[in-house]
Amino acid sequence: MKTAICIKRVPDTEARIRVAGDGTSVDESGLKFVVSPYDEFAVEAALRLKDATGEGETVSISLGGSGAGEQLRATLAMGVDRAIRLDGEGSMDGLAVARALAAELKELGPDLVLCGMKAADDDQQQVGPMLAELLGMPCVTVVSSIEKEGDTLVCHREVEGGTEVVEVDLPAVVTVTKGEHEPRYPSLKGIMAAKKKPLEEKPAEGAESRVKVRRYSEPPPRPEGKVVGEGAEAVPELVRLLREEAKVL
Amino acid sequence: MAKVLAVVEQRDGTLKRVSEEVVSAARKVADGIGGEVDALIIGAAGIGDAAKSLGTFGADRVIAVEAEALSSYNPEGYAEALAERAKAEDYFAVLFAATASGRDLAPRVAAKLDVPMASEATELEVEDGELLITRPVYTGKLFAEVTLEGSPRVVTLRQNVFRPEENPRQATVETVSADVDPTAWKVRVREVRAGSGETLDVAEAPVVVSGGRGLRGPENWGLLEDLAGALGSRCALGASRAVVDAGWRPHGEQVGQTGKTVSPQLYFAVAISGAIQHLAGMRTASTIVAINKDADAPIFKVADYGIVGDAFEVVPRLTEEIRKLKG
Ligand SMILES: Cc1cc2nc3c(=O)[nH]c(=O)nc-3n(C[C@H](O)[C@H](O)[C@H](O)COP(=O)(O)OP(=O)(O)OC[C@H]3O[C@@H](n4cnc5c(N)ncnc54)[C@H](O)[C@@H]3O)c2cc1C
Ligand SMILES: Nc1ncnc2c1ncn2[C@@H]1O[C@H](COP(=O)(O)O)[C@@H](O)[C@H]1O
Repeated sequence: MKTAICIKRVPDTEARIRVAGDGTSVDESGLKFVVSPYDEFAVEAALRLKDATGEGETVSISLGGSGAGEQLRATLAMGVDRAIRLDGEGSMDGLAVARALAAELKELGPDLVLCGMKAADDDQQQVGPMLAELLGMPCVTVVSSIEKEGDTLVCHREVEGGTEVVEVDLPAVVTVTKGEHEPRYPSLKGIMAAKKKPLEEKPAEGAESRVKVRRYSEPPPRPEGKVVGEGAEAVPELVRLLREEAKVL
Repeated sequence: MAKVLAVVEQRDGTLKRVSEEVVSAARKVADGIGGEVDALIIGAAGIGDAAKSLGTFGADRVIAVEAEALSSYNPEGYAEALAERAKAEDYFAVLFAATASGRDLAPRVAAKLDVPMASEATELEVEDGELLITRPVYTGKLFAEVTLEGSPRVVTLRQNVFRPEENPRQATVETVSADVDPTAWKVRVREVRAGSGETLDVAEAPVVVSGGRGLRGPENWGLLEDLAGALGSRCALGASRAVVDAGWRPHGEQVGQTGKTVSPQLYFAVAISGAIQHLAGMRTASTIVAINKDADAPIFKVADYGIVGDAFEVVPRLTEEIRKLKG
């Protein structure tokens, strides 16, 4: 089985994000970048599937500038076999991103495409299902565990108030959420091996973003909160405030 | 005439409450462009009648796609039926709720229509005939104001943000049949495992009681269950990642960056420190209450009301006071 994992380079989730001077982009100076957390879960899922069947190839793909090579290397260090960087810039237009990825995936011909459930920067939850439409594949989203049974995958999908057990025919696109398994840390051996693994670079099929950002803004600061008091004695006053001031009880 | 399509949802034949939010938002957009609102519902025969009440919130017409095979959610069948309806008229915008199925469906429909989309909007405004969409990015650290070049404009709306508003119309109900072939579907739902019983999902509940590592173990969750019980049936339980990673609570309850994003009217953070990844999931709540024994815990910086104290003393008292109030 050939598994492709789509990964995105995003700012570290701890980072403070600032609006750039132009008001329509983000100031990237001084930011530390990581593999988007859900994409790490997707890598882990791909590696586990490979471990379970003992065969197959894993390929990570990213659309991004040269910096994204760093994140692709990180996936190689985790154990992915090879990587492809589509040289170009991602945008908030999920369909444009999906189109660029789909062009490459059509050539690659994977049995399974894994995406993160959402990217930690634009928070869209679009690319996976859009890719599936463009590739003519079925798609299961927000999956916390995957098992292979012949030519189908059995996925646990998180929905409101429970879990759906869903069966999907391969080839398919699956978007991954946090499951039982923590993404593995690359071992020293893995990091050394990653340096020798192939990382191909190709121009991306470019499309202009049809999502136009007018401006970025910081959320209005929450009004200064108040500490009502200390210990259980403060409870009646809290309840009064919730009822009379906030009007939520 | 340009119209707005509000995609509404049902579960087991009953209209989901979030439908009122979507129709109310669609009404505002339609008023902005001088258009009408169509509410679209998909389900088994008779589902159209369940949606007729949406006239109250401003729907001019209810379109019911009725087919036995579509009685419960299926991604392929629903996306197909929806794309067909969305193409049938000149829609200015197609609005979905950002629920599990709305998030699953909207990008497929956008791809089928070859239009861009915007996810998790928290504000919509029509200005000079264009739809301005505000949506949180970087897990709520920033807001982006965007427009979409393409028609219809496909948008999902964050739950609990757009308030239902009455704006009564006599909605007509039109039933259409769908040409669906379930044998061609490649995704099959084998089974639905309900989570923690009857309780509402944390992502859709207007009141959330979340617990953190400070509660010391799963055996102490009765404390939060009692508080949630006192707050009523529209209250759900949430948890920090520390709690979920320790296996005390299921991942479905996790709030934050790698869990669910919630925007309830009232959020209780009990013994949760307030790490940035937790805040990412709940900072858009209308009212936040923090209970923490550490006066310097970062959660107090975002909380509207806080009590510095031991959860094991504060929470039972809170439950008791709320019971008194509601009793
Ligand atoms: C990539 C990434 C993603 C993450 N995603 C998430 C996410 O989705 N959601 C999430 O929550 N976290 C997430 N985290 C983890 C996050 O950084 C914190 O580690 C986590 O939120 C801490 O959980 P906590 O507040 O329950 O525990 P702690 O930080 O250990 O806090 C416990 C709190 O309880 C208080 N306390 C102790 N005893 C009592 C008592 N008796 N009464 C009252 N208060 C008491 C303490 O003062 C303390 O403030 C993520 C981290 C990373 C790196
Ligand atoms: N530029 C990109 N390169 C590779 N994969 C991406 C890119 N952008 C998004 N993805 C994939 O699509 C998922 C969802 O992204 P989004 O729809 O932007 O939230 C991510 O978790 C990645 O798996």
